[in-house]
Amino acid sequence: MISHNSPALIPLISLGSAIALPLIAFKKKALAHPFTLLVSFTMVILSFYNIARVWQGERITYHFGGWLPPVGIEYLLDPLSAFIACVINTVAFFVLIHAGGILEREVPHRTVPYYALILLFLCGANGIIITGDVFNLYVFLEIFSLAGYGLIAVGERAAVVASFRYLILGTLGASFYLLGVGFLYIVTGSLNMADLKRIIAVIPVNPALIAALALMVTGMALKMALFPLHGWLPDAYTYAPSTTSALIAPIGTKVAAYVLIRLLFFVFGIKITVDTIPLLDVIGYMAAAGVLYGSLLAIAQKEMKRMLAYSSVAQIGYIGIGLSLANPMGYIGAVLHILNHAFMKGALFLVAGNLRNGSGHSEIPRFDARLRKKYPGGMAAFSVAALSMIGIPPMAGFFSKWYLSLGAVEKSNWVMLAVILISSLLNAVYFTRIWERVYLIKGNEENDDTLLQEKEPLILLVPTLILSFSLILLGLGNSFLVTKIIARIIPPGM
Amino acid sequence: MRRFRRNIIILMVSKMVAPYIMLFAFYVIFHGHLSPGGGFQGGTLLSAAILLMRLTAGIKLGERQFKRILGTPLGSLGVLIYFGVGFLALLWGGEFLNYAYLPFGLTPEKLRYLGILLVEIGVGIAVAAILVSIYDDLLEHNNE
Amino acid sequence: MSNFAYISVAILLTLGIYGMVLKKNLVKKLIGMTILQVAVIMFFIASAVKGGATVPVLDERLGIPNPIHYISPLQHCLMLTAIVVGVATSGVAFALAILIYRRFKTLDEGILLQRMGEK
Repeated sequence: MISHNSPALIPLISLGSAIALPLIAFKKKALAHPFTLLVSFTMVILSFYNIARVWQGERITYHFGGWLPPVGIEYLLDPLSAFIACVINTVAFFVLIHAGGILEREVPHRTVPYYALILLFLCGANGIIITGDVFNLYVFLEIFSLAGYGLIAVGERAAVVASFRYLILGTLGASFYLLGVGFLYIVTGSLNMADLKRIIAVIPVNPALIAALALMVTGMALKMALFPLHGWLPDAYTYAPSTTSALIAPIGTKVAAYVLIRLLFFVFGIKITVDTIPLLDVIGYMAAAGVLYGSLLAIAQKEMKRMLAYSSVAQIGYIGIGLSLANPMGYIGAVLHILNHAFMKGALFLVAGNLRNGSGHSEIPRFDARLRKKYPGGMAAFSVAALSMIGIPPMAGFFSKWYLSLGAVEKSNWVMLAVILISSLLNAVYFTRIWERVYLIKGNEENDDTLLQEKEPLILLVPTLILSFSLILLGLGNSFLVTKIIARIIPPGM
Repeated sequence: MRRFRRNIIILMVSKMVAPYIMLFAFYVIFHGHLSPGGGFQGGTLLSAAILLMRLTAGIKLGERQFKRILGTPLGSLGVLIYFGVGFLALLWGGEFLNYAYLPFGLTPEKLRYLGILLVEIGVGIAVAAILVSIYDDLLEHNNE
Repeated sequence: MSNFAYISVAILLTLGIYGMVLKKNLVKKLIGMTILQVAVIMFFIASAVKGGATVPVLDERLGIPNPIHYISPLQHCLMLTAIVVGVATSGVAFALAILIYRRFKTLDEGILLQRMGEK
């Protein structure tokens, strides 16, 4: 029964647990965290089981209600979706371990609804990744977005305004996507992704099809925070609680990037997106501008979470550059960067959470060498993750930038190559600011940080160290990942 | 904000009309497969019937009909009915929401009919409870 | 005038986006968002109509069931889901707006951005 239903079990388990959690934790509120951890661990095991089933390159489909496509809704497991599901479930599991130590202080009295919203968020994210139907994707996109608005709004004083702005812009993006689905249905008559691919390959290109493509890409670019459409991201990441930032930053934008990959390369195909209209060029230039903008603004920030938010805008730009190159090297670089960035940003936001827990703030001008002496583990994790973001081998970040640069050279696109290299230098600048303060500037004892006396609790330290040092493992093992898994999911026509 | 004042005409009319709205809501839920309607529409009408009494008679009297703390648990219960029917079908060999595999011992056509009916009832309960609880949460801090 | 439905949808879309972007009051932004969602729903429903066809409920007077006599019901089912999503989003949005008013005592975006910056 498990093998027959395994594509659909991951969203279903998280959905059922999200609904059952308020009833289970009604009397004893402390049960919420172990229950959520158990569900998340089950999802990790199931996603590794799924990828073990499909990694040779086969595709497994699952039909809801027994109705065959194109009449029914179909869930599709191919190596790309199984791989990305593994990535997000693993990062979510480690962030949830970390949440046990920090949530009571940041969101008092509301931990049970918070865990239920986290489970709904993970249900939505997994549903988007595994589904094979464009309208079902809209439904799970809205589940995932609404849970995200709730998760952000329980943060600091200004978090409600950040969440409201994210709500307005997110609904705008989802409505554009829905309008694109409408145009697509009128032109092709089907909502199933495999069926759409077959039909779009044979019909003549008409303005309605181009309008559908443009609307869907715009909606997804808004959710992904591609350069001019990134306005909601800095406030939302800064004012949210630490667990929310550490969950939304690795998972939220990557899921929208996955939808873009599916739409551009697998449903619409290279023939339309490259040859007929220069859509990928536009995405590429927007992404390159975003890389430079994000890196430059990150240097100017005084608060660590805001700096990491602008850095995320830059890293999403890397994925956009990889997609726009439309050759195997660039594509491998983009998918590998999805994996690497999830781990890197997860580790960095967990370090920011540890700093807030320990000293009550994460403002960079107030850092000094006492942090390194009191929290050696946390600062080691920060150093490894920062080296990976800059792109120093053997950490994982180097290899995704390497593949992206190879792809740019192959296409003779010197602008993208220059953008990638310059932004690596800019990354080095804003991480070196923190290193300089933490390693070189001595603190005076009569400073006002009275909370600096605690040591780091293990429950906060261990997930941060695991996420951070697994970057070394991912870097050393990246040839295994590329040749065995990612090379099998290169879309047709590249 | 002005103090809430009761108006005798509005109160009389809504007391007479609210039960019929509720009856119509149940009709819409149960006839969803024969005529326009179904779970969500009937649930909205049901919540309108409950909210009519809250609007005209005030929260304290309206609570006698439907208590405030019942909102969220009933919502969870409704979604669990939906999810339970689908999961029951999954456990008995079919896919999720494939009603022909439900273990009630009827022909597959009657089983699909029964499955849809149970799902619509679950959705109706959930939608009604959640819409009433949204209203209660928004007006929690106003005193009468 | 065969494009009447699409022109009205385009006008509603413009009004919705104008409200969301250019109005300063938060509740007016929400009204714009609702108008935008309604425009998308109208677009789907307008695409389901067929000339000389009736509602998609089986009618014995039309003889053997033939799809040519009934309008397409798929878009209507999809839009039921979209309406529910719209209701849920409006619920969350209004709860956030009330919380903003209680915390910051204003619903105007300019004043709100100023008050966000101070502690």
